[in-house]
Amino acid sequence: MRTLLIRGLLAGLLAGLAAFGVAYLVGEPSLRTAIAYEETGTAADHHHDEAATSEHAHGEEAEVSRTVQSTWGLLTGTLAIGLAVGGIVALALALAIGRIGPLGERGTAALVVGIGFVAVVLVPFLTYPPNPPAVGDPDTIGTRTAAYFGLLLASLVAVGVAGSVARSLGGRTDAWGRAGAAALTYVVLMLAVAAVLPSYDELGDFPASTLWSFRLGSLATLTTLWGVVGLTLVASLARIRTTPARAGAGSPA
Amino acid sequence: MSAITAPAAIESTPTPIPVSQVLPWAFLLGLLAIVTVYFVGAEQGAVSLLSGTGVHEFVHDGRHLLGFPCH
Repeated sequence: MRTLLIRGLLAGLLAGLAAFGVAYLVGEPSLRTAIAYEETGTAADHHHDEAATSEHAHGEEAEVSRTVQSTWGLLTGTLAIGLAVGGIVALALALAIGRIGPLGERGTAALVVGIGFVAVVLVPFLTYPPNPPAVGDPDTIGTRTAAYFGLLLASLVAVGVAGSVARSLGGRTDAWGRAGAAALTYVVLMLAVAAVLPSYDELGDFPASTLWSFRLGSLATLTTLWGVVGLTLVASLARIRTTPARAGAGSPA
Repeated sequence: MSAITAPAAIESTPTPIPVSQVLPWAFLLGLLAIVTVYFVGAEQGAVSLLSGTGVHEFVHDGRHLLGFPCH
């Protein structure tokens, strides 16, 4: 158990570093463009009277400089989220090993990371696509944040429901049948949830190409983060299996 | 007689780790993860525990690029 956790956290650390690299190289250019656009004042009017600008400053007058925001701040963010993802994935894996279908440790790890990516990244990305600076009405940040985290929670609950549906089918179908039933359950549940949740249209005149490249950059960052967690974890489990000690036995790395 | 050597299986199904062994870790790590995600994803945005905008600005770019609603 401890070995598994440590490996998860290490995978998360590595993933956070990799995600920072991708975010810095792929995400930052469009983020800079968006902030430049924001500061011309042509962005959605509600955002940019003088009072609002001083309250939420990105430029030179900001409390934390843009350089720090795009380097140490960004690195802190990706490392923190990487560690959190790595840790939680390791926990989920600890509970899933030997309990999901005819899968070994590595197969289970790949499945857990895959399900996590769909539930925590892909579905939220499709429901509430991330927005660059200058997009979004500050007056709705409360409800938007609540809707976003509500969606995350609903997505995880839906995974749980899908899992118990698969379990309840028992021996009536094979592993593929159960997996199919679980996937179908999840998709139907999340379509219903997405239909019920509020939607927001606060783009204003924001340039579409910048929006698109920002969202691609964001998806690339998150995909890198989860992908590196998955690959590192699966690779480290391969080494556990070649040593005589088992995953829970605390074998030295 | 029933000695099945399962040559076709890539990996044999491993024995599960007892839930009671996972739960304390799950509690501890779950709590830490929630606090972490909160500070990166939401502090000084929709809700503020600390006054000012320092935390918000420091993690600003990460918050945007990791897909959280920011402002």
